[in-house]
Amino acid sequence: MKTLVALSLLCCSMRLPAQPSGMVRIPGGVFTPFLQTGARPSKITVADFYLDKHAVTNAEFLQFVRANPSWKRSCVTRIFADSNYLQHWAGDLDIGDPRAANSPVTNISWFAADAYCRWKGNRLPTMTEWEYAAGAAPVHYKGRANTRHDLSRLILEWYDHPAPSILPPVMSTYRNSFGLYDMHGLVWEWVEDFNSILPANGGPGPFVCGAGSIGTANKEDYAAYMRFALRQSLRAEYTVRTLGFRCARDIAPRDIVKK
Amino acid sequence: MKKAHNPQRFRPGAAGHAFITLATVVFLSAGCNDAVAPANFLTDTTSAFGEYNAELAHAPSVPPAPTFGHPEKVIVHLEVVEKVMQLADGVNYTYWTFGGSVPGPMIRVTAGDEVEMHLSNDPNNKMPHNIDLHAVCGPGGGAEATLTVPGHTSIFSFRALKPGLYVYHCATAPVGMHIANGMYGMILVDPKEGYPAVDKEFYLMQGEFYTKGKNGQPGLQPFDMDKAIKEQPEYVVFNGSVGGATGTHALRAKVGDRIRIFVGNGGPNLVSSFHIIGQIFDRVYEEGGNEVHENIQTTVIPAGGSAIVEFTCREPGVYSIVDHSIFRAFNKGALAQLVVTGPADKTVYSGKIKDELFQPGNPVAQSDEETAGPPAPDLPEEVRYKSGHQLFDMNCSACHQNSGLGMPGAIPPLAKSDFLMNRSDKGIGVLLNGIDGEAISVNGKPFQGVMPNLHLSDQQIADILTYVRNSWGNKSPVIQEKEVRKIRNQ
Repeated sequence: MKTLVALSLLCCSMRLPAQPSGMVRIPGGVFTPFLQTGARPSKITVADFYLDKHAVTNAEFLQFVRANPSWKRSCVTRIFADSNYLQHWAGDLDIGDPRAANSPVTNISWFAADAYCRWKGNRLPTMTEWEYAAGAAPVHYKGRANTRHDLSRLILEWYDHPAPSILPPVMSTYRNSFGLYDMHGLVWEWVEDFNSILPANGGPGPFVCGAGSIGTANKEDYAAYMRFALRQSLRAEYTVRTLGFRCARDIAPRDIVKK
Repeated sequence: MKKAHNPQRFRPGAAGHAFITLATVVFLSAGCNDAVAPANFLTDTTSAFGEYNAELAHAPSVPPAPTFGHPEKVIVHLEVVEKVMQLADGVNYTYWTFGGSVPGPMIRVTAGDEVEMHLSNDPNNKMPHNIDLHAVCGPGGGAEATLTVPGHTSIFSFRALKPGLYVYHCATAPVGMHIANGMYGMILVDPKEGYPAVDKEFYLMQGEFYTKGKNGQPGLQPFDMDKAIKEQPEYVVFNGSVGGATGTHALRAKVGDRIRIFVGNGGPNLVSSFHIIGQIFDRVYEEGGNEVHENIQTTVIPAGGSAIVEFTCREPGVYSIVDHSIFRAFNKGALAQLVVTGPADKTVYSGKIKDELFQPGNPVAQSDEETAGPPAPDLPEEVRYKSGHQLFDMNCSACHQNSGLGMPGAIPPLAKSDFLMNRSDKGIGVLLNGIDGEAISVNGKPFQGVMPNLHLSDQQIADILTYVRNSWGNKSPVIQEKEVRKIRNQ
């Protein structure tokens, strides 16, 4: 915990570069969230933000663990990560199979992902930001057309195949019109407020038994149902073999002025 | 089928337990003699006496009936596995399963039992999953308590309050897709007094699959959401795949066996018209509940529902079990088989007695048998081959395949088959009589020979054998009707 506090102090004193490397500026816009509370789909406005071009890799996460030994597999406390944390690595500071270096890091908890992003001077994207960014049409995917419908279909096809023992490298699936890679089709990704779909009383969420047939923007968006069901099944210390993350960053005030 | 359980098998310290059991029996008898007191001192929620791990069974097997006579705590471990398996010949599908099979294993408990469910989600799975058991009275049927991320286990418990045959399924959004991918099975809650004893119990479950490719299109087929929403499946099957309950997976019984089939319908969409061709159900527990109807030909099984059917086979044969919404059986795979062996009873079923010419307007029918008719003319090989090809496609290719290669392990090949080509009767006897469950060897591989008597005419048999014995690398002289007739009359 001390480390975390020290890290956050460090970020505040860091100078933010105008165009963070490895990140893409996502132009804001109007977005219809998948989960709806009222009778009609409501829209929300998303401001500009930066988002990592691709998910954080095993090699990148190794640098973080080297710099922050408390996040080593043998050091992390069970409050911050369950016992499967980084279990696909060969050791505390050893990714194991070199083919995995450029694959997205998985088996990491929300706390670990959050700490990584802070260490980089960033933060996790909000669910709204992530969904907004991921909804952009593919500009290149196996030569297919770029319609929204097609995006949904390619997601379903990915879910239909079991995950290989070594995940494919980042930037291996498709790029979308924002210039982001693998928003679907490679791994699930943590978002900052993943647990906000749970009601405050801790009772059942929107997707059980009634099954989300009410209260969503699009009943045929099966891929979105899957993402939200996964988020609902998570707790912040959980780790999953197909769950990784990428980081986001606010646009610095002077950048907004420039715009 | 009903086996007496040895309590010691499940519980150490059974001696003390036996005493409690005895006390219960005494209590119960006292209760029965008292008109005012309730007939049973054990209320719905009486505490469990002991605990044991449930013995699960994969279809078509059924777990043994529990016979404790008092509530037990039953611990059930179910693991969710996402895996590629065969949906039809040459067609694969990524199934989402309970316990690695479709349907998931059957759970069997007794009314009043406390059931502790442990639902584990394999770490290699991509999806969160949960379980909704229709035997549960509580929100979501357990779904709310069991939403489980890959690599975790959820535990909850419930009281099996009402006897019956219940479906369980995954209820994680999108629910339809989780069910369409195979996430269903059955939990049987025996009445406290048990079901009446029978000789054979089986577990069958229908479900349909919505693949992107049309029926029969080979390769790994993805789920097709549009077809699922339109409720237009490419496959309707029993026990998870085309052939999931036929051939080597067929149900097997003997003449005279009292048979009980626990039938479920996972859906996700279609209602089944469950029927066994050539049988009448003596008793049907309608929708898996207490109501028993007698002498039923076809019983409706709703999606997410069940039926228990009971009957006794009087006559040997291969019986087709179908969804009598019949195009599903004929074109989409909704076919299972019950193979009954044993002595025939001609007072119940004669088989075909004779074949007569029918000439409308002429009251005197002419017999087509050898004694009455002139000898059939010999025909050239190409004529018989052409007709035989058509007859083969209609009568034989569904099992033996157009390639003549059969299905490994289930249906023997005809192509270069030593069994066929080396026979002195050239295979005529097999087509005339069928094969009734005898073990045969084809090209060194064992098969459980089950081929129905198709009641073909001499001409049809001559044509089919001429085609079969001259295709796929086979070579032999034309077969004429007189050869068939000779063997038929032997």
